[in-house]
Amino acid sequence: MCTSCGCQGQGTTMTNLQTGASAEFAAGSEQDGAAHSHGDHGRGHFHGEHHHAHDEHHHGHDSHAHGHDRSHAHAHDHSDHDQAHEETHRRLELETRILAKNDAIAAKCRAWLAGREIVALNLVSSPGAGKTTLLERAIADLSGALPLFVIEGDQATSNDGERIRAAGAPVVQVNTGTGCHLDAEMIARALSELKPSVGSLLLIENVGNLVCPALFDLGEHAKAVIFSTTEGEDKPLKYPHMFSAAKLVIFNKIDLLPHLDFSMERARENILRVNPDVEIVEVSAKTGAGMQQLYDWIRAQRTAVKEQALV
Amino acid sequence: MHELSIVCSIVELASQAAEGRHVRRVIIEIGKLSGVEPEAVAFCFPEVARGTPLEDATLDIREVDAEARCDVCGAEFPTPDMLSACPCGSRQFQRLRGEELNIKSIEVEEAA
Repeated sequence: MCTSCGCQGQGTTMTNLQTGASAEFAAGSEQDGAAHSHGDHGRGHFHGEHHHAHDEHHHGHDSHAHGHDRSHAHAHDHSDHDQAHEETHRRLELETRILAKNDAIAAKCRAWLAGREIVALNLVSSPGAGKTTLLERAIADLSGALPLFVIEGDQATSNDGERIRAAGAPVVQVNTGTGCHLDAEMIARALSELKPSVGSLLLIENVGNLVCPALFDLGEHAKAVIFSTTEGEDKPLKYPHMFSAAKLVIFNKIDLLPHLDFSMERARENILRVNPDVEIVEVSAKTGAGMQQLYDWIRAQRTAVKEQALV
Repeated sequence: MHELSIVCSIVELASQAAEGRHVRRVIIEIGKLSGVEPEAVAFCFPEVARGTPLEDATLDIREVDAEARCDVCGAEFPTPDMLSACPCGSRQFQRLRGEELNIKSIEVEEAA
């Protein structure tokens, strides 16, 4: 994942299904400036001045706007050791969000997308809820009306990417290897490969998982949870973080309702318990029922994004 | 297991801040509603830290209880889980604490 901390890479690969070009990215091999920057920690709490701080432990760091470097060097007398030596311990106050790097890259992606009036939706769900089928339907329905680009995330295979390409949309497949979610750096790299056009719709199909993707900002305009009627009505209660982070819940597979015990009313109640402000649409990606409602919602987001771009 | 990514970020941030010095202790803050399991973070940490400046460092995890302020009645109240509502019945509130996911500080060794 990162070269500087030495943790094992998760084996992320990216495939452009238009060109067939495939690349493995070990994070840290910086190819484009927009993606990865070890020197830029978003919140700016890291101070280059630490280089020079070694011999001035007892001085106030008045040049630091944040004043975090309350160094309290103290000599430890290791007299019980054979070779007594002096060592100082210094505390560095970081006060940094652990996900600061992801968030900084996400902010760059968001700005890049906003400047191009692109609406990006981060689609999350359990595996099998119908994300790819929903995309296929949207690509067919919106063809000619709205340019649509897709970033596909899966641990392995480009099966879904192939389906999207066959449906007619430019797509980059990201395989996360052992990773359980997409992160902002993957999106930054996928964007530079995919190059979505001005005013387009970018659909990011996250790894099928209702836990981990909730935490990682990708720079998207909104997260949308796809909740299929073949799941339990209590899913929002079981995975509240994801439902709470979403702006839209898309009920899918409503064509199966006559055959199921699924109570739409209970499911809606549970969603609203976790997230009172979320919008809800009901669709069948298979039959196309209700999809217009989803497109209306997307068009409303586009209008909002355009207006924001003018401000 | 997004905790693995979280731990990688901790090790990366702390390594950079340490600038080559050995890190003895890392103090982090995890809010009870952050979506991150402290046990899973503690479990991953020694393995990710191995071979880095954080090898054998102590990971000091401070959990932060969650609280919110009600938009309706203005009361501050604890929100032990994502479904908590204000005692007045309102679900409209602002979270004040409990979503933290921060590195507070690190302690590094320096030869005198």
